[in-house]
Amino acid sequence: MTEALFKEYEKLLPKRIIEDIKEALPKGTGAAKVKKVLELALEEYLQSKVDPGESVGLISAESIGEPSTQMTLNTFHFAGVAEMNVTTGLPRIIEILDGRKDLKTPMMEIHLKSPFNKGKDIRIIAESIKETTLKEVIDEISINIAESTIELTLLAEKLKVLKLTPAQIIKVLEKSLKGYAVRQSDDRILMKAKGKEDNLNEIYKSKEKIKDIYIKGVKGISHVLPVKRDEEFVIITAGSNLKDILTLEYVDDKTTSTNNIHEIASVLGVEAARQSIINEVFRVIENQGLNVDVRHIMLVADTMCVNGTVKGITRYGVVSEKSSVLARASFETSIKHIINASLVGEVDELTSVVENVMLNQPIPVGTGLPGLVTKVKR
Amino acid sequence: MDDYEPYVFKKVKSITFGVFSPKAIKKMATAKIVTPELYDKEGYPVDGGLMDTRLGVIDPGLKCKTDGKKLKDCPGHFGYIELARPVIHIKFINVIYTLLKCTCRECGRVLIPKNRIDKNMKLLDQINQEQGLTARRLMVKEIVTALKTSNKCPYCNARQHKISLEKPTTFLENDKRISPIEIRSRMEKVTDDDLLIFGINPKSVRPEWMVLTVLPIPPVTIRPSITLESGERSEDDLTHKLGDIVRINQRLFENINAGAPEIIIEDLWDLLQYHITTFFDNEVSQLPPARHKSGQPLKTITSRIKSKEGRIRHNLAGKRTNFSSRTVISPDPMIHLNEVGVPRIVAMKLTVPERINDWNFAYLKKFVERGPSEYPGANYIVRPDGKKKKITEETKEQVLEELEPGYFVERHLLDGDIAIFNRQPSLHRMSMMCHKVKVLPGKTFRLNPAVCHPYNADFDGDEMNLHIPQTEEARAEAETLMIVQTQLISPRYGLSVIGCIQDAISGNYLLTKREDLTREQAIDLLAAVGIDDFSVLRKKDKYSGNEIFSALLPKDFDFKGKTLKGNPVVIKDGQIKEGFMDRANLGEERGLMLRTIHKRYGADQTIEILRRIFLLGAIYLQRRGFTTAVSDTDLPELARGKIEEILSKAEAAVEELIQSYRDKTLEAFPGRTLQETLELKILEILNKARNMSGEIVQEYSDKSSHTIIMADSGARGNFLNLAQMAAVVGQQAMRGKRIEKGYRERTLSCFERGDLSPRAHGFVRSGFKKGLAPHEFFFMGITGRDSLMDTALRTPKSGYLYRRLANAMQDLKIEYDETVRDAARKIIQFSYGEDAIDVSRSEKGHINVRRIIEKVCG
Repeated sequence: MTEALFKEYEKLLPKRIIEDIKEALPKGTGAAKVKKVLELALEEYLQSKVDPGESVGLISAESIGEPSTQMTLNTFHFAGVAEMNVTTGLPRIIEILDGRKDLKTPMMEIHLKSPFNKGKDIRIIAESIKETTLKEVIDEISINIAESTIELTLLAEKLKVLKLTPAQIIKVLEKSLKGYAVRQSDDRILMKAKGKEDNLNEIYKSKEKIKDIYIKGVKGISHVLPVKRDEEFVIITAGSNLKDILTLEYVDDKTTSTNNIHEIASVLGVEAARQSIINEVFRVIENQGLNVDVRHIMLVADTMCVNGTVKGITRYGVVSEKSSVLARASFETSIKHIINASLVGEVDELTSVVENVMLNQPIPVGTGLPGLVTKVKR
Repeated sequence: MDDYEPYVFKKVKSITFGVFSPKAIKKMATAKIVTPELYDKEGYPVDGGLMDTRLGVIDPGLKCKTDGKKLKDCPGHFGYIELARPVIHIKFINVIYTLLKCTCRECGRVLIPKNRIDKNMKLLDQINQEQGLTARRLMVKEIVTALKTSNKCPYCNARQHKISLEKPTTFLENDKRISPIEIRSRMEKVTDDDLLIFGINPKSVRPEWMVLTVLPIPPVTIRPSITLESGERSEDDLTHKLGDIVRINQRLFENINAGAPEIIIEDLWDLLQYHITTFFDNEVSQLPPARHKSGQPLKTITSRIKSKEGRIRHNLAGKRTNFSSRTVISPDPMIHLNEVGVPRIVAMKLTVPERINDWNFAYLKKFVERGPSEYPGANYIVRPDGKKKKITEETKEQVLEELEPGYFVERHLLDGDIAIFNRQPSLHRMSMMCHKVKVLPGKTFRLNPAVCHPYNADFDGDEMNLHIPQTEEARAEAETLMIVQTQLISPRYGLSVIGCIQDAISGNYLLTKREDLTREQAIDLLAAVGIDDFSVLRKKDKYSGNEIFSALLPKDFDFKGKTLKGNPVVIKDGQIKEGFMDRANLGEERGLMLRTIHKRYGADQTIEILRRIFLLGAIYLQRRGFTTAVSDTDLPELARGKIEEILSKAEAAVEELIQSYRDKTLEAFPGRTLQETLELKILEILNKARNMSGEIVQEYSDKSSHTIIMADSGARGNFLNLAQMAAVVGQQAMRGKRIEKGYRERTLSCFERGDLSPRAHGFVRSGFKKGLAPHEFFFMGITGRDSLMDTALRTPKSGYLYRRLANAMQDLKIEYDETVRDAARKIIQFSYGEDAIDVSRSEKGHINVRRIIEKVCG
């Protein structure tokens, strides 16, 4: 009986309100009372709706701009690991809304599938995700001038942890550095330059190059930190590479996330990116102890994502796509916009706010929107 | 003025941008400028000079030769000069460059074969849409370079040469200079169809127009000269620049006619190019800016338009207004929340126009009779034709005679007039609210302290602005949409931004906790807040504070809530049955009781109740007496001893830790270095010690002391503040760490190197009352300066973010179908916030279903 009632109101009320009512309703409430509750809720909902013409964009901008004056500028060290910082506060908000591609502190939160999320092999998994370069598995690197060879002393322990053999490393070296004959002797690897033996300069350069050769793990992940969160183990990483991480078998691809919005957009699509903008901004604002309704952040995220790609709120992004020349010119690089408009013969239809302010005309939002319709005697 | 028609509004429907052709320039021009001279011996503008009266007038008394109008009525007219040789327009230099590079030097066709054009057009249109026009032109260049298999034109087989741009304005072909004449003739050859490829609309621009042959001379009215005190004229920067152009142009003409050697002509031509370039833009890189004699660069067209102080942002998007005033603000809890106290001298300067009709004639006449110097009088009358006339002692008689229906009287402000009150920075819509005028003696604006929060105002010297709307529409709109009570709920988070503050909270807290008020006291309090019906108090000897407070509540008000500390508050039928009032129910951003009242009884009643509650608290506190004293921070010997002990123990514990760190017996936390572990442990110990001291302070301090009352009621401050005063300030932290920088291996020079003890890393052991030791003082200085830096750096950053957000989103609005759309009517959201709820009509963004259920189910 009550179920049918709820069904009936599903079209009239947002899901959220229906769910709230279901949750708050005492058990065994009679159908008549449920109907009354729903009726009253609908009445209040209709009263709480926005008015047509309401300048919601500006309200959202105010709602984010005003508290941003109260945010901190500091970045915090994460869990005491010096290399792992988290950008928070105002700089992070600016970073997100700019739609920047290179983040100051890219990070991932990797969730694992059972049984790994209970802590099984967590360290080994974490280590295997981390990008390892050659310099991390060698103890010493030197150049033998007489033989014109580069000599690498391997760290046996480290190799064990990473489950690597010297033979594998030799393979990698051969593949990524042409012109050297690589062979092993004891716990060392010798690289002899082929051909021009006297070119010490080349060898020196190679020596530096070798250090950054990628050996193992996921590219871009520079640090890993297994953390116990509630009952679950998650891996926090510095550096981000969503695409490759998601291909790993033990990773839970439903809950794993990154703070790089562009990565999300390219791997999971704009809708995911939009949600990620909302989550990230909301989290920062909440962490600062400020109170901003999600609706405002949603609207910002939606304006950034309408065109199907993530655009920052900058002169190159959202603002450059405005239909009005004068609105664009009133933001930044006025002259450029005017010159380009003159080349195309652009027409400004005066449909947005600033142009009408410039011309001293009523603005087409709020009370400036409706007009009077009346019959005129001829 | 016969053509005065006040109710006909012409609306600009659209603005089209384009480039003037030489023909159009000549056509719209009213004068040909031929001489750089400005004035003749008598000081009159020279005909054919830059100040020619056909271009408009800037001197009072002179008449414009074009439209016969005088100063202020004549909008000004363009002139032109014929350039002796063509000159490139600096702003189009990149377009010309692209065109030169990508079109054939002989036939003018694009260097893309016919069969490839269609395919590339699609790509270009896409880029144009995504990245704009500049990107499009770059792409054309790229396509052409990619296609350049041979250096031949695909249409006429002519050999192409390498073209380069030597900044700022010289084009080279195979390192030989191409003259603007040549460039112009090449531009002429580019076909209209080909222009479309470059994203140029041939209907609005022909590329040859980018090489100027005639230069429009802007009207004098946009470059008025100013007369200095000495009577000397000082010309505008633009006039100076134009003078240079005309002079060089004339010389070039003369030299060409005289058949001067090519070198001289070339030099003059370059000079002309320079002057015209700097006329358009005086900040071109690689070009020395043209300067005044004093050495300061001239402000020419580009710098007039762009950036913050430019025409667009300074004059067009931001405007100045009359009928406004600004002065210092001060508090007045006796006026309503939606009132503003206006000093009489301000009220006598600001005016409201009122139209005379048959019914108010006598009423308005009185204002005019009193004149400008007697309150409430009038300063001006406005005739039906729009002419303003000042009322003075001399003109008063005449004005009174003249007065008749249809005239406007600009009368002084009266109580109840509509005003808009504002405090900068205007960060949200509650920074500008409508108040009703209350004319008061004094020289400051008065506002009810309850509305401080939305303005973020205090009274340490803050100034605020007052605007008086002048039309009936503006007043109506302000009153219905902007008046204080309509702004109670913040659209940011759906909670009240207006509530009791400070004394009002502690006052009500004390009052509602009291039980033993006499009838006299009770009646005195109620009378003071404006309640004169004492029947609400049943006759008895003793009254509780709750009974008095309840007298302010509506008779059928039910409420269940909690105090700050979680004690229940129960209100039934407008009577407090249980609990007391504090910030949780009265304060701003919370004010749960107020929020419930607002939902049930509406905004108008809420502010009336709030005003009374506020006043009751303040008045009660005034009667009772309330102050804080140093003695509030006094602690008994016992407590001091305990705190001393806690701190000593903590220090000893830290010392132990340091020892174990030095001995390397300290065990590191997983994933951290030894040093980090030590720091974390030390911080933990010290914070614990400080918190324990705080608890002791709380335990031993006098519960009835006013400092504690303020903290308990939530009016101001907390126990931590008290503990910092009474006992110990605690660790000074920078970025979540102890202070570590300063000198080599130590923070201040009074410590030994490598000292890791609390005192050497910013632990302030003294309380504020006792006073800080010198090193402690320095540590506090460090953190204090750090936070100052933070604020100073943050303000411009957040300001810019705000500006960008506002600019990007200002056109978004709700349409009648509930979608959110931008100015081009593109849908941003199908339903605002996914449920179309207005946050300022919600409760923290939601509909409170619990209350509905409670109401229905009891």
